[in-house]
Amino acid sequence: MTNSKLTETLTFECETGNYHTFCPISCVAWLYQKIEDSFFLVIGTKTCGYFLQNALGVMIFAEPRYAMAELEEADISAQLNDYKELKRLCLQIKQDRNPSVIVWIGTCTTEIIKMDLEGMAPRLEAEIQTPIVVARANGLDYAFTQGEDTVLAAMVQRCPSNAPEQNQIEKKSLVLFGSLPTNVATQLNLELERCGIQVAGWLPSQRYADLPVLNQNVYVCGINPFLSRTATTLMRRRKCKLISAPFPIGPDGTRAWLEKICSVFNVAPINLIERERLIWDSLEDYITLLRGKSVFFMGDNLLEISLARFLVRCGMIVYEIGIPYLDKRFQSAELQLLEKTCSEMNVAMPRIVEKPDNYNQIQRIRELQPDLAITGMAHANPLEARGINTKWSVEFTFAQIHGFTNARDILELVTRPLRRNKALENLGWNQLVKM
Amino acid sequence: MKLAYWMYAGPAHIGTLRVASSFKNVHAIMHAPLGDDYFNVMRSMLERERDFTPVTASIVDRHVLARGSQEKVIENITRKDKEENPDLIILTPTCTSSILQEDLQNFVNRAGLDSKSDVILADVNHYRVNELQAADRTLEQIIRFYLEKARSESNKPLRKTEKPSANILGIFTLGFHNQHDCRELRRLLTDLGIVINQILPEGGSVTNINELPKAWFNLIPYREVGLMAANYLQNEYDMPYVAVTPMGLLDTENCIREIVDIVKSSDTSYNFDFETYIDTQTRFISQAAWFSRSIDCQNLTGKKAVVFGDATHAASITKILAREMGIRVSCSGTYCKHDADWFREQVDGFCDEVLITDDHTQVADMIARIEPAAIFGTQMERHIGKRLDIPCGVISAPVHIQNFPLGFRPFLGYEGTNQISDLVYNSFTLGMEDHLLEIFGGHDTKEVITKSLSTDSDLAWAPEALTELQRIPGFVRGKIKRNTEKFAREKNCNLITLEIMFAAKEAVGA
Repeated sequence: MTNSKLTETLTFECETGNYHTFCPISCVAWLYQKIEDSFFLVIGTKTCGYFLQNALGVMIFAEPRYAMAELEEADISAQLNDYKELKRLCLQIKQDRNPSVIVWIGTCTTEIIKMDLEGMAPRLEAEIQTPIVVARANGLDYAFTQGEDTVLAAMVQRCPSNAPEQNQIEKKSLVLFGSLPTNVATQLNLELERCGIQVAGWLPSQRYADLPVLNQNVYVCGINPFLSRTATTLMRRRKCKLISAPFPIGPDGTRAWLEKICSVFNVAPINLIERERLIWDSLEDYITLLRGKSVFFMGDNLLEISLARFLVRCGMIVYEIGIPYLDKRFQSAELQLLEKTCSEMNVAMPRIVEKPDNYNQIQRIRELQPDLAITGMAHANPLEARGINTKWSVEFTFAQIHGFTNARDILELVTRPLRRNKALENLGWNQLVKM
Repeated sequence: MKLAYWMYAGPAHIGTLRVASSFKNVHAIMHAPLGDDYFNVMRSMLERERDFTPVTASIVDRHVLARGSQEKVIENITRKDKEENPDLIILTPTCTSSILQEDLQNFVNRAGLDSKSDVILADVNHYRVNELQAADRTLEQIIRFYLEKARSESNKPLRKTEKPSANILGIFTLGFHNQHDCRELRRLLTDLGIVINQILPEGGSVTNINELPKAWFNLIPYREVGLMAANYLQNEYDMPYVAVTPMGLLDTENCIREIVDIVKSSDTSYNFDFETYIDTQTRFISQAAWFSRSIDCQNLTGKKAVVFGDATHAASITKILAREMGIRVSCSGTYCKHDADWFREQVDGFCDEVLITDDHTQVADMIARIEPAAIFGTQMERHIGKRLDIPCGVISAPVHIQNFPLGFRPFLGYEGTNQISDLVYNSFTLGMEDHLLEIFGGHDTKEVITKSLSTDSDLAWAPEALTELQRIPGFVRGKIKRNTEKFAREKNCNLITLEIMFAAKEAVGA
């Protein structure tokens, strides 16, 4: 592909949607840990349960605060009363765990049999006196991380609209949305504090009881690219003002994110450029490994645009950005930054493939022979056996990748296959399948 | 609805996919929503597969919900036919798609007209059978399909092979140590002078299935998968089968005797001296018999163990522990509820109680109650054991990546008996270590945690009693703590002092 011409603008394509990704119910894995007093009840079949059990591996043994409400044949054929069944299970959960909120995760099956979860939840909530939030995170409509989006969009409705004590209604405040491990959230809070901006709250908060105040004076900003429904809900239902910024992934993204927020709040960021430069300097050992190397994103978690933008800035060439779903409005700032980065780094604009077709992508990977393919676990081992370096995309979802502090973690992940395979490359065992 | 945190056996389509992807050049197309193809992840990660898993999804999305699949499934089938040229494409419904009640058979019929490959619809009910039952059914379905096809094409009866020969049915992907077992079975049959006709489904080709009846008999190593096919072959082709799992010395012997009986009954000239073979293997080649007799194994005498797993492995291990090693099996259980009667019959007389359940909390409570010296179970029991500080040897699926070892680790045949002996022996605390811990009061000064899984203690411990408790070796500490607390409750004491502790010991022998 080195001979390919520089294209001026990003190209967008859409394929068949035959690609591998995780089911969006997987969001319970990180959300139940984030929201400490919650309980997630996934209303689905054995298939959903087996997925959670296998995808989330060891966590299942730590008495997780999530469970399946496993639908049986009698539920499907409506011989049992949904409401009574859910009431029975929720009472049991209340008795065993006493959570502050129960989140019902609707699945494909509840969609198909048209189980009215949104209708039942308020009735049951009144009856058992525990809030019930309904999120339809199913594989019919969404991919992987979009599950979090549906849960957060549902949580928006539960946020208070007035501050309880002080009357700060006139003052504009900042709420960040997106689930991050607490220490990463604190890091971002501190970055903003250095700029003189106080974060009023996070959606989601550590505890359900601490959900942030949302009203027309609140500015909201997303920290992850897959939160477009949440953004829409915040704007339309709570009249919040959305700050459209690139996402704080990589030092370039973090700086752009901070600058955009600062500009909205009319404050001049101090030392940001210097801070970014210091971070880049500290990454130099990893960037040396990446410069001039090519990368192919098969696409499965919606972080792809931001990661690609960061890697282009690191000196990589991006051949293709596969992505399950692209909200061009929500990601507009990020797309602009990608375009700008590509022209500044003088590399070809990557093709962005929405709803990719894994089979076709593998043919393209064969032709292009990228130095690195970022892909799901279903394809990683087969590609490695064919001499293609791979990094599992799922790790980017679970690793800490936000802010200045964690830029090194992203590169740690990206360079790991290159570092490992560098040690092995002279052994002559790169092709491990019979051709 | 059922509140569930964990399950032993997966949903039906997993079983179908495991069988389909074990064959060479067979492709499965799932009629499923996005994200249901995690089977590919499991196979790629657990089996460390080098090849792309031959499973794709025909995605059920909002549009399909609104308008039906229409041409989508057919297009996906014919496309796969062109891309990969498989011999067979299996359309696999999932629990989601089966509620849609689309006429998948019709899609299959229509796609079959345009495809070079054969196309069939997996015939399993997602709400009635689990992974293992579905795998059994799918294997039978594929074998039946190709034998009926062969019969309709020619009427020539197949001639049996000249030399005695066998098919091995039921070896497949993601099976517990199946690859290693397969190699060991090959060796065993070769030793007996028996030719392997075919092994299905692992590595088998559907185009050869028409030659399946050439074998003299079928060997079904695992109870869970292969029996349906064996029964079909017996009824339609008069093929006998051997279903004794050759696990452990005695059952390996039983299996060999059945095989030799079958062979001798159809070929009187077959004069393999199996008595000498069995005797040599048992006493000198396998180390298991000698191990059981060695003084080391004395320390295991009468120790309590709990066994839980699939029907095949749990039953065999129970018998090995009880018959071949003198270990007391306090409870033996299986999650194969559909095969409960067979299981009870197998372990009858070899254990104190039987537990048939697929609820892991029941298993955990049983283990907490019995407090065995070792557990032999699945990955779930291993975790239960960790929490209770009881060692566990993994003997059955469900498993994780550690249970797909690269080294040769069969459970079947004579080499299997060696592996099992090692596993059993290493699971118990080693004999001398055990004594030393008792004599010197243990080296473990970890904080005491309660062993009970669900109940909290309402009793307080006086500091000096607590210190005393810490001195007790880790592996019996929980038991003594609980017995003391039980005693204190009976006496209506809220504070456990040293006196109470000693009194409890005197009263209940804690």
